[in-house]
Amino acid sequence: AVLGCQIGVEMSYIPGQPVTAVVQRVEIHKLRQGENLILGFSIGGGIDQDPSQNPFSEDKTDKGIYVTRVSEGGPAEIAGLQIGDKIMQVNGWDMTMVTHDQARKRLTKRSEEVVRLLVTRQSLQKAVQQSMLS
Amino acid sequence: RDRRDRHRSKSRDGSRGDKSVTIQAPGEPLLDNESTRGDERDDNWGETTTVVTGTSEHSISHDDLTRIAKDMEDSVPLDCSRHLGVAAGTTLALLSFLTPLAFLLLPPLLWREELEPCGTACEGLFISVAFKLLILLLGSWALFFRRPKASLPRVFVLRALLMVLVFLLVVSYWLFYGVRILDARERSYQGVVQFAVSLVDALLFVHYLAVVLLELRQLQPQFTLKVVRSTDGASRFYNVGHLSIQRVAVWILEKYYHDFPVYNPALLNLPKSVLAKKVSGFKVYSLGEENSTNNSTGQSRAVIAAAARRRDNSHNEYYYEEAEHERRVRKRRARLVVAVEEAFTHIKRLQEEEQKNPREVMDPREAAQAIFASMARAMQKYLRTTKQQPYHTMESILQHLEFCITHDMTPKAFLERYLAAGPTIQYHKERWLAKQWTLVSEEPVTNGLKDGIVFLLKRQDFSLVVSTKKVPFFKLSEEFVDPKSHKFVMRLQSETSV
Repeated sequence: AVLGCQIGVEMSYIPGQPVTAVVQRVEIHKLRQGENLILGFSIGGGIDQDPSQNPFSEDKTDKGIYVTRVSEGGPAEIAGLQIGDKIMQVNGWDMTMVTHDQARKRLTKRSEEVVRLLVTRQSLQKAVQQSMLS
Repeated sequence: RDRRDRHRSKSRDGSRGDKSVTIQAPGEPLLDNESTRGDERDDNWGETTTVVTGTSEHSISHDDLTRIAKDMEDSVPLDCSRHLGVAAGTTLALLSFLTPLAFLLLPPLLWREELEPCGTACEGLFISVAFKLLILLLGSWALFFRRPKASLPRVFVLRALLMVLVFLLVVSYWLFYGVRILDARERSYQGVVQFAVSLVDALLFVHYLAVVLLELRQLQPQFTLKVVRSTDGASRFYNVGHLSIQRVAVWILEKYYHDFPVYNPALLNLPKSVLAKKVSGFKVYSLGEENSTNNSTGQSRAVIAAAARRRDNSHNEYYYEEAEHERRVRKRRARLVVAVEEAFTHIKRLQEEEQKNPREVMDPREAAQAIFASMARAMQKYLRTTKQQPYHTMESILQHLEFCITHDMTPKAFLERYLAAGPTIQYHKERWLAKQWTLVSEEPVTNGLKDGIVFLLKRQDFSLVVSTKKVPFFKLSEEFVDPKSHKFVMRLQSETSV
């Protein structure tokens, strides 16, 4: 479960406990390329994957979905998605406890032209903490 | 048959007036085409044409034809050639069996005084001769003395070869015996006995050759045969080894009787309601001096093409008719199954310990008759719907019921015979087991099977089309898999681009 924009809490993953994180809204308009709608980034991770291989996660037991690559000039880059972001929600659907394939499916629904993501990143957390301290 | 008669009268009327050719759509029996052609020729009846038409006084219907053919089958004259072959074989066998005994007995009978006595070696040889002859006798009995399954159209080449071989062997031995032993009055009896033993050995080896040629060679599958029944397309695949075409034909017939569902002529045609609409409404008149025979093919082709272009909805009717028939069969089948189940609950086997009034105790026949009445109607209706009623008389059903009751079979086991069309051999012997089959082949029938050979086994009503294909040569290669090489990993961090 994700509790919106709560600040001041470290992002940590305790199994069974609700996750709290600082999130940013990213709205991506899909680009039509031939028959497909593309978003212009790659994802990695999932509950069926090996979390220790994830280069972007702080906690190596985190099985969430991370952005591993953002293509140049693509819709994701334009919308402000950055490499290493953890995707928490897509259009209201949770992405913290999904398999890799489920995550892919939720992002590539043919009926949706716009996806609204809730993403979190290290720098966000630090920025908020700094602003709190100062 | 009614349709044929009606058509005949129609064409007869037409010939009196104008020249009319009514073209029937394909599917009508061939006899109608011939009667049509006969009417055309009525106008130039100066020609001598022999055509079987319905206009002759003695018209034979289809049933008469079948009855005549069956009579001809049953009264086939005794096959002299077959008996000749059997007689030749038996005399040869007797001759070859008695020859060693003759070889052994003649010297003591003819010149006992001059014969050297022979000791233990001879006794050993006598025993071996006795046992070898016994083995030969048993082997020949096992291999050759069997009721022949079929009478083949041509001589059985391999068996004839073997008989010739045995004949030559025995004759040459007699020749040598006559010259070297009888004329020369051979004194050493041991030599004579060894001579006789060598003949018995040679006969045993010929018997071995017979086993290999007649029985073993055909066992390893070399060809795959596809057997298709021409009337309804029922087909099976079989594997055979090296055989001549006529022997393959016999083998296939044996398999046919227990593999193929019985031939049911009633199930062949499309239901009448579908076919009736197909009769073309076209009538073609040829006027003037044209040669009618030349144009008839052109006209018929034009008519058929026009009929094909017309929008044809008969497939629709066929579909619905089929669906309706399915439903009807299933309903009747359900009623039958229920009726039989209920009927079987009315009787039970009398246990030894139970004591019952002797008037109440029934034997299987009576028990069958007692419960038959309750299922008879449902059974009759079901058989009529599935067009099986010619195969099952009431007597046969009662007998089967008696059989099932005697052997404690369940209603389902009783019904197995009626719910599906069984193989031909299951039904009443005299009616359905034909004896006369015709082998139609382009190759001589004593040739061995080869890839691509096609031949027919014809009966009156249908034929079996057999096509041969060689079993392919398999190139088998091996691949070694180390049992320790089976290792697996988790699918890690797959990256998917969206």
